Amino acid sequence: MSQVIQDKIIDEKLEWSRINSDVIASMQAPRKAYWITFAVCVSMLACAIAAEMYQYKMGLGAAALNNPHMWDMYIATFVFWIGMSHAGTLLSAILHIIHAQWRKPIYRFAEAMTTFSLMTAGFFPMIHLGRVWNLYWVLPYVSDRGIWPNFRSPLVWDAFAISTYLSASALFLFIGLIPDMAILRDHTTGWRKKLYGILCLGWRGDDRQWRNFRRTYMLMACFLIPLAISVHSIVSSDFAMSIMPGWHITTFPPYFVAGALYSGCAAIMTLFVCLRYFFRMEAYMTTNIMEKTCKLTFAIAMVWSYLNLVEFAATWYGHNLYDKELLLQKAYGPYAPIFWAMLFCGSVVPFALCFQKLRRHMPSVFVLSIVLQLGMYLERWMIVAPTLSLAHQPHQWDILWGSVIQWAIVFGSFGWFGILFLIFVKVFPCVSMYEVKELCFHLKHEIEEEELEKKHAQQKAGVRQQSGGTVPSGSAGLEGA
Amino acid sequence: MSKHRLLAMFKDFDDAFVVVDKIKAKSVSGVAVEDINMMSPIEHPEIDEKLGHRPVNIQYFTLMGAIFGITFGFFFLTSAQASFFLQPQGGKPVVPLPTNFVLMYEMLIFFGIWTTVFAFLGMSKLLRPRGTLYSEKLTVDEIGIVLEVDDDNLDSVKDFFKSNKALEIREEKV
Repeated sequence: MSQVIQDKIIDEKLEWSRINSDVIASMQAPRKAYWITFAVCVSMLACAIAAEMYQYKMGLGAAALNNPHMWDMYIATFVFWIGMSHAGTLLSAILHIIHAQWRKPIYRFAEAMTTFSLMTAGFFPMIHLGRVWNLYWVLPYVSDRGIWPNFRSPLVWDAFAISTYLSASALFLFIGLIPDMAILRDHTTGWRKKLYGILCLGWRGDDRQWRNFRRTYMLMACFLIPLAISVHSIVSSDFAMSIMPGWHITTFPPYFVAGALYSGCAAIMTLFVCLRYFFRMEAYMTTNIMEKTCKLTFAIAMVWSYLNLVEFAATWYGHNLYDKELLLQKAYGPYAPIFWAMLFCGSVVPFALCFQKLRRHMPSVFVLSIVLQLGMYLERWMIVAPTLSLAHQPHQWDILWGSVIQWAIVFGSFGWFGILFLIFVKVFPCVSMYEVKELCFHLKHEIEEEELEKKHAQQKAGVRQQSGGTVPSGSAGLEGA
Repeated sequence: MSKHRLLAMFKDFDDAFVVVDKIKAKSVSGVAVEDINMMSPIEHPEIDEKLGHRPVNIQYFTLMGAIFGITFGFFFLTSAQASFFLQPQGGKPVVPLPTNFVLMYEMLIFFGIWTTVFAFLGMSKLLRPRGTLYSEKLTVDEIGIVLEVDDDNLDSVKDFFKSNKALEIREEKV
């Protein structure tokens, strides 16, 4: 079997009309599991809302925030969600630029994940403020007192970077959706037809529109890549620009970016399995695509592991007393179980992805992806908590494991993300119909070309045999020898 | 003399490209390849080759947006920070350029992306009424060729389409 056919990411014989009808039908009638997951997400969010209301009433002490634990799990979760958002950029923008065809059936939900992760992340700085109603103080507006935010602060950079990233990724998602919304406008009825009719902005699919669409998409992809890297570098600056032990590290920006891509890829694996099942997308979200996603995740896991080693080595050989002590405390102190669990989940478990059988077995991939994400959450916890707990002043040392309120809000953030994501995939197609059609079209032509070449080669060989079975003299000589 | 707009539907790209090639070879009177508008459910890379070079100018808007963004960022931050000229800074610069570069970079991207999107909406002629000359099959698997022709050539162009495997022909008065 040829390489093209063997690595086929999708069945090229899928009819275009079937692609439309499959995707539209999946949006209208998902499995029961979809509704069960939705209900679970709603109840998780309800827990968070209750905890948040209690925190408003009682103050931040209810969340066990104090000195030195001034932000704790809230900022760790914020970093986690920002990290998740990088998956969309990776799958959509980077793989688009390098023409990786296998991204086409799955990039849409990764882009949606980016937008909703950012929307979830944005809550945490607000929540940890306590007084949410004073949030506008961070905005650069002209006031009669002439007071501006401190533009030197990485926290203000965060506000700028995240709002830019949120608007850019939402636009990227929307622009990519336009041709699909035109399909939906033409083939749905009722409220859906009205909604898509407005959102497709009058798309007709003429050559002018396609040309401009492609250029726009490429330009946006080119902007999104440096933007995503800058966003997570800036988030790492929240820590690295301080002089706290364990945070003041030069490799923090690449470490954060690698961690972000890693957790994003793991999240894509989880959602891939869920959507494939919920919406009966087996023909589009194929095991071959999952294999490629797993391989990509493994590669990023190794980069992340390497950067961990670099960090430990730099701390160890740097001979900074406080940094070294903190590293030892992480490995042998009260946080040791979390530290070793992080390394196990983040650096050892990914080796399971080396086995093809596991990569092609959806339930196993689902479990693995959850373990990888757990490892990445623990990584964020290990960045924040040990430094706050065991900083320069021993009299301030205080081990904290997060209060029930904090845990409830963190737990609820997953519910909030889940609700947004599930509503999105119900209203908008989670598989890009026009890109899957393009994929089938090109794949079909590739296979046809390959078969033609084979035929030509066979014909040539037949002609040679008929004309006397001449064999190149060199090989005859070798055989003779 | 009134003009008509015709939409001919074809089964696939191959059939549509045969028509384009024949128009290119000037076998149809009153129609030039520059008048052709192709509608398709996907973007075929050969469309550009067949129809000839048609410029896309969005990138210039992107560049202008990005330049505006970084310039605006600089002046915005500097003017905000300049309100502290009268206050003691403890030796720190009033306008710290290295830290401002971070925010200027974000604004470069922010304005770059927004101008790209607005340019796309304008250049692609989106947000305009679709007109009646459209078929829902264009978002399934058929390819459309749109041509504007004079009254005199209307019948000959229709016949040309029919003789070249057009599945359906629609027309509207311009």
